Amino acid sequence: MNALKKLFGGNTRQFGMIFALVALIVFFEIFTEGRTLTSGNVINLFNGNSYILILAIGMVLVIIAGHIDLSVGSVAAFVGVCVALFIRDWGLPWYIGVLMGLGLGVLIGAWQGFWVAYVGIPAFIVTLSGMLIFRGANQFVGKSNTIPVPGDFQYIGSGYLPEFGPNTGYNNPTMLIGLLAVAFVIFSEIRSRRNAKKLGAEVPETWVMILKLVLVCGAILYATYLFATGRPGTSFPVPGLILAVLIIVYGFISSKTVIGRHIYAVGGNRHAAELSGVRSKKVNFLVMMNMSFLAGLAGMIFVGRSTASGPFDGVGWELDAIAAVFIGGAAVTGGVGTVIGSIIGGLVMAVLNNGLQLLGVGADLTQIIKGLVLLIAVAFDVYNKTQGKTSIVGLMMKNFSRSNEIKADETTSTKEVISKGA
Amino acid sequence: MTSLNTHSDPLILEMRSITKEFPGVKALADVSLRVKAGEIHAICGENGAGKSTLMKVLSGVYPFGTYTGDIVYQNEVQEFKDIRASEHAGIVIIHQELALIPELSIMENIFLGNEPTKRGVIDWAEARLRSTELLARVGLREDPDTPIKEIGVGKQQLVEIAKALNKSVKLLILDEPTAALNESDSQHLLDLMLGLKGRGITSIIISHKLNEIEQIADEITIIRDGKSIETLNIKADGVDEDRIIKGMVGRTLESRFPDHEPKIGEVLFEVKNWNVGHPQIQDRLVCKNSSFFVRRGEIVGFAGLMGAGRTELARSVFGRSYGRFISGHVYKEGKELQLKSVRQAIDAGLGYVTEDRKSLGLNLLDDIKATTVSANLRKISKNFVVDANKEYAVAEEYRKALRTKTPSVEEGVAKLSGGNQQKVVLAKWMFTDPDVLILDEPTRGIDVGAKYEIYGIIQKLANEGKAVIVISSELPELLGLSDRIYTIFEGAITGVLDKDQASQESLMKLMTSARKTA
Repeated sequence: MNALKKLFGGNTRQFGMIFALVALIVFFEIFTEGRTLTSGNVINLFNGNSYILILAIGMVLVIIAGHIDLSVGSVAAFVGVCVALFIRDWGLPWYIGVLMGLGLGVLIGAWQGFWVAYVGIPAFIVTLSGMLIFRGANQFVGKSNTIPVPGDFQYIGSGYLPEFGPNTGYNNPTMLIGLLAVAFVIFSEIRSRRNAKKLGAEVPETWVMILKLVLVCGAILYATYLFATGRPGTSFPVPGLILAVLIIVYGFISSKTVIGRHIYAVGGNRHAAELSGVRSKKVNFLVMMNMSFLAGLAGMIFVGRSTASGPFDGVGWELDAIAAVFIGGAAVTGGVGTVIGSIIGGLVMAVLNNGLQLLGVGADLTQIIKGLVLLIAVAFDVYNKTQGKTSIVGLMMKNFSRSNEIKADETTSTKEVISKGA
Repeated sequence: MTSLNTHSDPLILEMRSITKEFPGVKALADVSLRVKAGEIHAICGENGAGKSTLMKVLSGVYPFGTYTGDIVYQNEVQEFKDIRASEHAGIVIIHQELALIPELSIMENIFLGNEPTKRGVIDWAEARLRSTELLARVGLREDPDTPIKEIGVGKQQLVEIAKALNKSVKLLILDEPTAALNESDSQHLLDLMLGLKGRGITSIIISHKLNEIEQIADEITIIRDGKSIETLNIKADGVDEDRIIKGMVGRTLESRFPDHEPKIGEVLFEVKNWNVGHPQIQDRLVCKNSSFFVRRGEIVGFAGLMGAGRTELARSVFGRSYGRFISGHVYKEGKELQLKSVRQAIDAGLGYVTEDRKSLGLNLLDDIKATTVSANLRKISKNFVVDANKEYAVAEEYRKALRTKTPSVEEGVAKLSGGNQQKVVLAKWMFTDPDVLILDEPTRGIDVGAKYEIYGIIQKLANEGKAVIVISSELPELLGLSDRIYTIFEGAITGVLDKDQASQESLMKLMTSARKTA
């Protein structure tokens, strides 16, 4: 157990989620008699959940900053219908449609960010209103009709990497991406280890690193194999590719950049952040804007996949995204969470959904089970905390509760706060 | 240590050989505490010595079974399994951070969790009657219906005590009760404790303010590094502050302030005719036409009672981060500055260390290294990407320079003691390389040993040619540290005294009068 912990950097929550994900996959693989880990099913799984995972990336940043966004489903639906109309009625080429869709997402985000950051209205209220506004707007501009999109556009939602190069029996670009990923993982692990050593920080034993690399690379190669050997015409799906790029970009932004630090700082203690020179309004604005930008993207991918925009697209997506983020270890009070954790949380939900479907469990029971999983995942964390075990997330939340007297009030300006005592 | 006759007094509490371990740390090792019925017993020790842990063991926060040793209370071995159990036995602890609900009234707070009921319905008539009586006992003249958020900390403290009295307390524990109080509120509280003693209530007080302990305590137990060092009888043993300090740090402090030879240069920083309005109340000014200056290498103190407007002045100068700016000018090296945001203030070479570390100074979720660089991320980043190696190196450098006690710079700041947290905050501001550093209550809630170190750091910063402003409620601290002291009363600067003119009396006079004497 200790060695396993070392593998995942001592973060029990993240480790627990990865373990749960693997266990779930193995469970369903056994009980569906091998129908889970087939090329077709894995490709399907990614195709059918990429838009939720994209939303989870934006949502974790919103939640780290201490907010919430309930409007993502409606925003996605509104952007989807607008893009479908742009292409059908204005005769725009699909790529212009996509660009306009992204622009529209940014505009909507700026609207919501303005109310949250500069007027100081809690995000819960602003986005609850956004949820109503943009759902209505979707049905208003689309006249509650289904609006089809052309085949070119469908590529972003249901396309696959093309075939090229010599006939190897595998999909070449998929294999190439898989190998590049493996090379990158090995390179970055070795580099970070070297840096840590140079600074005199503690590094895990060599065998731990090698075992970790073998496990991670093995998983990547196996997934690559599955994606590359689907039925002819299929391979790594385009939405999956978009998702992978977003995970890398946002993972990097959140953990390595100045703005990333600022998001955590604002969520952890907004007043302390402001008194350290962080412009918390700007951070809040950007985080909310980014969420709607990603919601727009997710909406377009969904429209592309379902070949048409409809009046009930995206209903309930916000809840799936929020659940993924909390399963992935974020704290309700802000300041805690990771992009990769949220993706794992989202995958847990997706695998569960998919596996239960394969087993023929109905939608009613599936919902009950998903609800329980969310509860148990967070309860596990709270339990770890009270047992005094080294749950990092739990520890953080514990320390947090002592100081949230001021921070809990989302709308207090730093200019009005002297100290708890005064 | 203790004279013979003291053993004849009945003990209300005896904690025998208490040992409490956390994973990897022995927080308490074989600690003993003997409290006589009807006395005021002080517990002293540096931060992290184990005082709070001991009180948590006593009050059942750490339940029976998680520690070894015996708690004998009223001649019976007790096995408290939670706070309710200890409260039931008449032990009430009042924490430094008050457990009152700001939105509820005084009366509702007093009876929270303990509401008088008639057939299951709260009997407010009874509650009002009893709360009026309780408020009279603690000497608080307020309408029981006043919301808690509308009364000051001093009065809130009294409400907490009234709440404890309502639970028919026999042993009252106060953890740093006067830390956030001004002089007169502190005095009132201490008088009240003596009054309670007269009524037969035993009190345990944890405090860093040694003069208060000397004033009210009968006996004092000193704890150092998780061990009980000694129990002294204030009168019989002729205990004074120096004697207590000696016990706490295990050595005699030659002086409470490091030697310092000031190297004062030309005027570096100046504020003129500074006016700031209250953030919520329209016509109220929190800074009234204030002007002051600080020279290079000079440590300037700001003295004033709590609420006089010291922090308001500092924060509004520091990038207008408090209140409504009305008018005024800020000059550095003779050039006027426009500081409209904290960012601009930092860029212009200002730094401000807040008086409230936990809620305004630190993100308690962060580790030491992230905190150290958090006000100057630019210096360790390239193209907006933070260089993690530089971050580690910088944090390590400051850890060594300030001698912060921590296993590594990757430790969470929430785990550090107050003194070490303050060192991390100082490191954060030192890393922004300010020319003007404002320190608001830099040693609040910090033990004697760490205070000495912090004073040394402050003096070193001044010697490097920085202009240092120190705001403090402790006059001896200001007198020991400052080269010049301004006094503030109700938002206005009422005077300025040089080090050799200033005394506690002369400062106090200026701090309590609107008359401009200087």
